[in-house]
Amino acid sequence: MSELLIYGKAFLVGGLICVIGQILMQTTKLTSARILVLFVVSGAILTGLGIYKPLVDFAGAGATVPLTGFGYSLAMGAIEGVNKYGLIGALCGGVTKTAAGISAAVLFGLLNALIFKPHAKP
Amino acid sequence: MTQGNMQPEEYSKLVSKMTPHSRHVRGCFRAFWVGGVICMLGQALNALGETLNLCETAGPMFTSTVLIFLGTTLTGLGIYDRIGKYAGCGSIVPITGFANSVAAPALEYRREGIVMGIGAKLFTLAGPVLVYGISTSIGIGVIYWAVRGWLM
Repeated sequence: MSELLIYGKAFLVGGLICVIGQILMQTTKLTSARILVLFVVSGAILTGLGIYKPLVDFAGAGATVPLTGFGYSLAMGAIEGVNKYGLIGALCGGVTKTAAGISAAVLFGLLNALIFKPHAKP
Repeated sequence: MTQGNMQPEEYSKLVSKMTPHSRHVRGCFRAFWVGGVICMLGQALNALGETLNLCETAGPMFTSTVLIFLGTTLTGLGIYDRIGKYAGCGSIVPITGFANSVAAPALEYRREGIVMGIGAKLFTLAGPVLVYGISTSIGIGVIYWAVRGWLM
């Protein structure tokens, strides 16, 4: 039962985070690039304020898969880096923690562009 | 309010007030369920990572790597743009949307060459995200460093 519950929580929280973006886009005409930046930055700030971690504990992937979760990883990494290495850890922690995701995006993006041909926009 | 005998112009005003509203509701509903399903997929990948005995650090990395792979591949196949047209932010906000924002411009500008086409355009949308995301995290790290002693 608790197995299913975590999926329900992930669906609910993840869906609601996307709805926040959708409402912002419909009411303010923000472009998708601005939404991406806004979500990563607010995820990082909410993590710094200690608000986002409880949401991750509650909803799992529902909070880590949206881009606010990328900001969460960046900020958590910076905080962990400071705990480990002091002030210099603020510089290396965030990217260290998100390195796999960034590298994967670069590699797969590159391979993707080499393999596939551009499509006409639907 | 005299709902029963409404003037035509009042009625058309009411119609125009209600129509975009229902379109917005529909957009939110679509974003909700598509975004939710992508997050559930992420949760399933987390569970898969656990059964593969991945540690606490490697598990989330595994999940985001697989989701990014899915995002770029579906972009290459032309499927992600269709999902995006239906779901709006439901497909932009999850990490698959970030993967799409990396893959799509690179694919579109491949004609301009390997270096300034693919190489540079990979970061058209990812660049701003990384610049502001990383800078914010550094700021948070520095603030944390400054107030750490005082917090404990």
